[in-house]
Formats: sequence, C-alpha cells, structure tokens
Amino acid sequence: MADLSTNFLGIKSPNPFWLASAPPTDKEYNVVRAFKAGWGGVVWKTLGEDPHVVNVNGPRYGAIYGADRRLLGLNNIELITDRPLEVNLREIKAVKRAWPDRAMIVSLMVPCEEAAWKRILPLVEDTGADGIELNFGCPHGMSERGMGSAVGQVPEYIEMVARWCKANTRMPVIVKLTPNITDIRYPARAAKAGGADAVSLINTISSITSVNLDTMSPEPSIDGKGSHGGYCGPAVKPIALNMVAEIARDPETAGLPISGIGGVTTWRDAAEFLALGCGTVQVCTAAMTYGFKVVEEMKSGLSQWMDEKGHGSIDEIVGRAVPNVTDWQYLNLNYVTKARIDQDSCIKCGRCYAACEDTSHQAISMSEERVFEVIDEECVACNLCVNVCPVENCITMEELEPGTMDTRTGKVVEPDYANWTTHPNNPGACAAE
Amino acid sequence: MTNSPFTPGIVPGRLQPEAYEANFADLHEPLDGHEALVAADRCYFCHDAPCITACPTEIDIPLFIRQIATGTPEAAARTIFHQNILGGMCARVCPTETLCEEACVREIAEGKPVLIGQLQRYATDTLMAAGVHPFTRAAPTGKSVAVVGAGPAGLACAHRLAMHGHEVTIYDARPKGGGLNEYGIAAYKTVENFAEAELDWLMKIGGITLETGKALGVDMTLDSLKAEFDAVFLGMGLAGVNALRADGEDKAGVMDAVGFISDLRQAGDLSALPVGRNVVVIGGGMTAIDAAVQSKLLGAETVTILYRRGRDAMPASRYEQDLAASKGVRIVFNAMPVAVLGNGAVTGVRAEYTRAEGKSLMGTGETFDLPADQVLKAIGQTLGGTPDGLTLSDGKIAVTDAGRTGVSGVWAGGDCASGGEDLTVTAVAEGRDAAEDIHKALVG
Ligand SMILES: Cc1cc2nc3c(=O)[nH]c(=O)nc-3n(C[C@H](O)[C@H](O)[C@H](O)COP(=O)(O)OP(=O)(O)OC[C@H]3O[C@@H](n4cnc5c(N)ncnc54)[C@H](O)[C@@H]3O)c2cc1C
Ligand SMILES: Cc1cc2nc3c(=O)[nH]c(=O)nc-3n(C[C@H](O)[C@H](O)[C@H](O)COP(=O)(O)O)c2cc1C
Ligand code: SF4
Ligand code: SF4
Ligand code: SF4
Repeated sequence: MADLSTNFLGIKSPNPFWLASAPPTDKEYNVVRAFKAGWGGVVWKTLGEDPHVVNVNGPRYGAIYGADRRLLGLNNIELITDRPLEVNLREIKAVKRAWPDRAMIVSLMVPCEEAAWKRILPLVEDTGADGIELNFGCPHGMSERGMGSAVGQVPEYIEMVARWCKANTRMPVIVKLTPNITDIRYPARAAKAGGADAVSLINTISSITSVNLDTMSPEPSIDGKGSHGGYCGPAVKPIALNMVAEIARDPETAGLPISGIGGVTTWRDAAEFLALGCGTVQVCTAAMTYGFKVVEEMKSGLSQWMDEKGHGSIDEIVGRAVPNVTDWQYLNLNYVTKARIDQDSCIKCGRCYAACEDTSHQAISMSEERVFEVIDEECVACNLCVNVCPVENCITMEELEPGTMDTRTGKVVEPDYANWTTHPNNPGACAAE
Repeated sequence: MTNSPFTPGIVPGRLQPEAYEANFADLHEPLDGHEALVAADRCYFCHDAPCITACPTEIDIPLFIRQIATGTPEAAARTIFHQNILGGMCARVCPTETLCEEACVREIAEGKPVLIGQLQRYATDTLMAAGVHPFTRAAPTGKSVAVVGAGPAGLACAHRLAMHGHEVTIYDARPKGGGLNEYGIAAYKTVENFAEAELDWLMKIGGITLETGKALGVDMTLDSLKAEFDAVFLGMGLAGVNALRADGEDKAGVMDAVGFISDLRQAGDLSALPVGRNVVVIGGGMTAIDAAVQSKLLGAETVTILYRRGRDAMPASRYEQDLAASKGVRIVFNAMPVAVLGNGAVTGVRAEYTRAEGKSLMGTGETFDLPADQVLKAIGQTLGGTPDGLTLSDGKIAVTDAGRTGVSGVWAGGDCASGGEDLTVTAVAEGRDAAEDIHKALVG
C-alpha cells in the first residue's frame, strides 16, 4: 500500500488532501466533521481583524452546470470569516489539540500595515496552528478594502507582507496567490523574495456566472443587483494546473513548495497537481458539492494508482511531470500524427465529420452508408475529431514512423527532433549548427 | 358489484371501480422538466442524423432536442410541428422502437436510445398547454379543397393547405373527427381526451371547416366534390375489416377488434363496458395487441392472442409484444383458428398449429381448443369502398409521388393509399406531402 502521508514545510499530514480556506473550514463543527471523514488537513477560513466583516444576506453562490445538473463551476461573493476573531482562535486551538496529527493552517487577511500583522500573528501562534496562509487572493469584497487580490496583484506588496510575517512569527508562511493577474510568475517570485516558505494557488477567478434574463441582474442577485464573484470548481482546474506548472518550471521559483488548489474533484485531479509539483492539494468546491465523504474516493484512488505505478510515497510523484512542460517553440515539429477511426467502435454519429468539414480541414469523408474515414492528405492532426467524438478511443492519433510519407505535405517524416527555433520560416531562426 | 374476472360470459364491471382508472392511466408518465433535461443531454446532435431519416415526417430531432436542452421547449415544439402537425399524438403512439429510436446512434451503441418520443411529448405538451397555435395562414388564395376523412392524413393535409391560404372542407362519416386517433388508438396511449384536444388545437389555424356525419358514397360522390372544389384529398383510412373465414364466425361473441376498441374509446364509463371472461384475439398487428391488452385491463380472466406465424414475423414490435405479456396476455405463435366453437354463443376456439412452407402456411394437423366467451378479430382492415375511377394497388388506392391518384385533381394518403406503413406518423407525412403538391398544382 502506497504511503499517502506528506511532510509539507515540516507540517505533517496523513494524506495530501487539505480543505481549502472556505466555508468547509469556517468553524470547529465543520472541521471536526472533516477530520472524522479523513481529511489530512485544513486551511481555516480566513481570519481578519475585529470588528468582523458581514456577508450579504441573500444568495452568495452562482453555478454553472453540465449534464444532469452536474456542478461544473461555482462562483461566490462570500467574504472572509464573519465571526469574531476570538471565537475562531478558541476553536482552532481546541481542534488542533484534539487532532494533533492533522495539518492546521490558518488563513489570514488583515490590512497592509505591519502593525496589523504584528497584532494577529502571536494570537494565531498561540493556538498551536502549524502554519499560516496569507490570503492575497479573494477577488471580491475584500479587494475593494485594499486587501485580498488587491495585494496579490502587486508583487511589491506580496513581498513586503511576506517579509513582515516571516519576521514576526516562527510559523511557516504560505502565500496564497490570486489568478487574477497576467503572469503568475511575478507574484510567486515576490513571495519567494519576501521569504515565504511556499505558495498556494489558485484562489478564485473574478467572474459573473450568468445573467438573469428576466430581471437583467447578474447572478447571484442581491435585490436586483449582482457583483463579480470568485469562480472555482472543476471548470477552473486547467487554469490552475497551468499556473502551478509555470511556477514549478520557472528557474527563479523552481523548488518552492506549492500547495495546489483549483477544481480538485477526484483523485486523478489531485495526482495531476502533484505531478506538476504540488506537495499537497486543497479542495473546496468538491467538498461543498458532495460533502466531506469525497475524500475517501480521493484517498483510495490515489493509493490504487500509486500502487499500480509502483510509486511508494507522495514524494515520488511530486513534480514528475514538470520536466515535460515546455514552451511551444521547443515542441518537435517532426512529430507527425494522423487521426485514425476505429470502425468497430464508431457509432456513426457524424460529429467528427461536421467538426472537420465545417470548422477544420475537410479531412474526414462520409459515405452514403455513413462510414467515416480520415483523408490523410488533408489531416493536420489537430485532434478536434478526437475531442468531439462521443466514443472514447474511437478516434486516436497515430504517429507516423520516421521514413514514412506524410501525404499531406508530401514529405518523408524526419527521424530527428526539430523545432520552431530552427525552422526556415522563422525570421528569427538561429541556424542549426 | 357482483361481477369479477371469473364471471362467465361477456359482462361489464369485472373490476373494482378504482381499478379502471389505474389500468387505463398514461402508459408512460410524461417527463418532468428535469427528466427532460437529462434525457435531452444524451443526444449527440448527430450530423445528418439517422433518427431524422427514420422518422416518416423527418422531424429535425437533434435540433428540437437541443432546443429542449437549452430551456426552450416551445421552440422545440415549433420545430416538431413544422414537420408534423400531429407531433403531439405521434409522440404518444409512434412505435419509436421501430422508427427514430431504432435508428438512434445510442441505440446502436448501447441499446439505450435517446428518448425521442418522450422528449417530443414534453415539447409539444408544453406548447399546447400554453394554448398557442404556432402557425398563421398565408394570404387567401381563393382556392378550395375537399378532404375526405378527418384522420391523421386528412388533418395533416387540411392544416398544411389552410396554412398556404386555401379554404378546406373536411368531410368525415363519423360523428367526431380524428379518425383512428379518436376511435382506434389504445386508450392508455392517449389519455384525457387528447385526440379531441389536439383536433381543436389544430383547427385554430382557421380556414378549415369540419363536416362530420358526411360520408363519401352516401352524402356525396367524388364527381360532386371535384365539381365543387379545386382539388380533392382522400384520407378515408380503412373502413372495412377482413373476414376470418373460419367455421362459426357468425356466433354471438365474435366481433371485430377495431369495433371493440372504438366502443372502448367512446365509452364514458369503462366499468359499463362488457368484456369476456376468456378472450381470444386473432391477429398479429398493433390492433391485436391493443385489443388484447385492453380486454385484460377491463378485467378478462384470460386473454390469448393467436398468431399464425412466428414471433419474428409478427407485425407488432417486440416492444408491443412485451407490453402485452407484461399485462398478462399470452401470445400463442404459429397457430391459426379453424373453428369457433359453441352453440349460438361462442364457447371456445379450435386452433391448429402451423408451419411455414416457403411463403405459404400449412396446418400441421395438430389442433387444440381454447375456452372463449369473446373472440376479437384483428386480421387486417380493408378499404371500405372505392370511388369510381380510382385504380387500386394491393387493395389500396394507387398513388404515385406525393399522393397523386390516377384521376386528375384527386390526391390520396394515409392508410387508404398505397405505399408506406399503416401508422399515424406515415399518414401525417403523406397528408402533408399531398398538401404541398396540391398547393403547387393550384397556385402554379
Ligand atoms: C386499433 C388500432 C391501433 C392502432 N395503433 C397505432 C399506434 O399505436 N401507433 C400508430 O402509429 N398507428 C396505430 N394504428 C394505425 C393508425 O391509427 C393509422 O395508420 C392512422 O390512423 C391512419 O390515418 P388515416 O388518416 O389514413 O386514417 P384513419 O385514421 O382511419 O381516418 C380515416 C377517417 O376517414 C373517415 N372515413 C372513412 N370512410 C369515409 C367515407 N366514405 N366518407 C367520409 N369519411 C370517411 C373515417 O371515419 C375516419 O375518420 C392503429 C390502428 C388501429 C386500427
Ligand atoms: C464560498 C467560498 C468562500 C471562500 N472563501 C475563501 C477565504 O475566505 N479565503 C481564501 O483564501 N479562499 C477562499 N475561497 C477560495 C478557496 O479556498 C479555493 O481557493 C477556491 O475555491 C478554489 O478551489 P476549488 O476549485 O477546490 O473550490 C473561497 C471559496 C468559496 C467557494
Ligand atoms: S444550503 Fe443551507 S444555508 Fe444555504 S440556502 Fe440552502 S438551506 Fe440555506
Ligand atoms: S465522431 Fe466518433 S463515433 Fe461519431 S462518426 Fe466520428 S468516429 Fe464515429
Ligand atoms: S441519432 Fe440519437 S443521438 Fe443522434 S441526433 Fe438522433 S436522437 Fe440524437
């Protein structure tokens, strides 16, 4: 049996599945239920200074659905904890004492003044928490007050606050990054420069989930008006994975521990985050959608996959896919594939044909009898047919062996790797030597 | 109440009063909004979709399903009605298992087609419940057309003609319009007087006059219609029934299945409708199944269908056969009636096993008797009478292309015309296509 335990910045947890700072971690009652259900750790719902914030009293969430009302994306306009600081601190202390083997991280958001951080840090330390996470992420409500993503969008502020925290506490400092920026590497570098021990990402993405076409109000609607919220859930995973990978492979931040967040819904999602360099993952929407029990599937799935692949521990997976993330210009242009349709599994829906004929390269033929075949002379291997085919593995991409003819280009496939940097069409090509 | 399923003879009230309502309730509960979304989500929006080709009226199925999936069942209904104005009835009565759903790629892939029929019902019910008639008439053309028969063929033809601006008069021999929708379709497929409601809704297009109780051959002739109107469409269905040609066919208790069903469909109180204790139905089509199932639902103790060929040859689909079996109907294959037994009133049916020799059927010589107080003949219908001058083909009015008969100015479609299966949806398609052809002929 694979060992799922993790050691992240010296913080130990029995498995890499932490609950992200959000409603699931807002109070003792929830967190105790989560630990009973088997979660490895929690990042407590973000604490702020008293007087505590207030939330809207109408709907806070909006959703995007897939088939059968499967929740694919969630948007929220909730703020940080709306309970008194003292109550939260008391509960954190009690829970940590009762559950010493679980990771207890406390998320914090106070104004951008050193004095404010100096005030709150000892109080948190006193709870016995294992670490802190600086919430520079929330894109709504708090950012208007100069906190949350308003800090996270300015690398200088990130560095400054991280430094204050490192100077004022012995606890490990995790900086939670907002995805609402153009290049995630800058805030990550700033966090590192400020001495942060790790980054966690992503927080939610600024979003409007939908517009009510009767009332013309964005959803969720508060008395006929809506404001942007933060988007999370399965829909944001690809964005999060890319941002994680960018940090993992940036020479300036490579090796900086990462806690991966954003759309983790199954063990497979978690494994992908780990492979791209995350030491733990954090989950919010999946727990909010299905309840705490989902962690059982995450643990059993990850464990089974690790056993099947012969990975003994989490450390053996972390970062395994990072070397394979590269820039477009280094992709091998001599790698040539063609779509192949398995006629036995084809159900003749014609979607590949419609997609290729209408929107791609007219590389699929359709006969009177609804037989669909790839025309190699036209197929550029774009993969669209694979993506739209409703039958898994019915269309696959087959690599043309070096030495065979690509009938589309009329060229023989070269055995050697060659990329854009040396391509003759590239005005800036450096001559291959 | 004194009668039960075991009471001998043909008697009413075999069941507790509340049992009738349960037995004759909707065969398929309509989908609710969520179920419809889930079902709609399964459609792949196929290119040149095979389900469309399999629908005799060629409804754009992927389009209407997508319209449901995106929350506009009303738009979906318009897509359906554009091709098939009786899309509501067809959603209830089409043997989808041999039409659109049989061709659905998901049927082929996994044996579970998209629920096209039920989705069609969801869409059409939504629009019809709003009392909306989705079409308006073109400017009047000054032309008039006579339609004989207010069944699906006649109604589809009349509606399309009215849309194109022609004035239409429908004549029907029966007291009510609707044809077999009103008098033939199994009660549990069209509950709550749907046939009548649909007819009223269809008539909202305007420009159609329905004259009931007026029969061609009795109250008018084809020549008189031709003289009075610019064109004539014949959609009289099959008013005659085949004879059994077995000894004793004239005994009391032997009746036509279509007549039995028609009485049932028109009965105000099903508990007042007499049915035998032991019912034998002879035939293998939808009529046989419907007569058998409804006899059983009325409280007959045993119901047996005698079909002279094997299961695979049976015109009723496997789905219909299973439906009958699930209601407790027994189907005896490869057996034909040779005599109706009894002294005055029927007491039983003597049947002989058959075997096929090439195309013809032979008795094996082995016979058996089934007890019966009621025998329902469902061995096919025939044209009730052919107006002079029309040519027949296989016992039906011969037509070419869009329903043109040999006589100029006269079109025919539906069950009475050659070609196509005898189905509601086919009748609609033929009526509609004839209307387009008539329109072309009238306005050039
Ligand atoms: C018992 C039974 C069950 C069936 N179940 C199904 C089913 O579940 N699904 C399905 O798709 N199909 C079913 N069918 C077949 C379907 O009902 C017919 O194919 C369809 O109704 C044919 O339509 P039509 O307009 O051609 O004829 P009809 O519906 O028969 O209508 C003909 C009309 O013409 C009138 N008429 C006849 N003669 C004259 C005359 N001389 N003058 C004036 N009017 C006249 C009649 O009164 C009738 O109203 C069933 C048929 C029967 C008998
Ligand atoms: C209702 C709600 C409230 C949240 N509140 C906080 C918060 O107080 N502090 C914080 O750092 N992140 C907060 N988040 C962001 C989550 O911690 C997490 O980063 C985000 O939801 C992405 O993960 P997911 O896709 O698993 O949900 C909140 C998310 C939701 C849905
Ligand atoms: S989830 Fe609970 S708190 Fe939220 S609206 Fe529903 S009942 Fe109320
Ligand atoms: S999309 Fe797939 S299943 Fe559909 S026709 Fe193309 S290959 Fe066949
Ligand atoms: S064949 Fe089936 S999946 Fe394809 S369009 Fe028709 S209903 Fe949809």
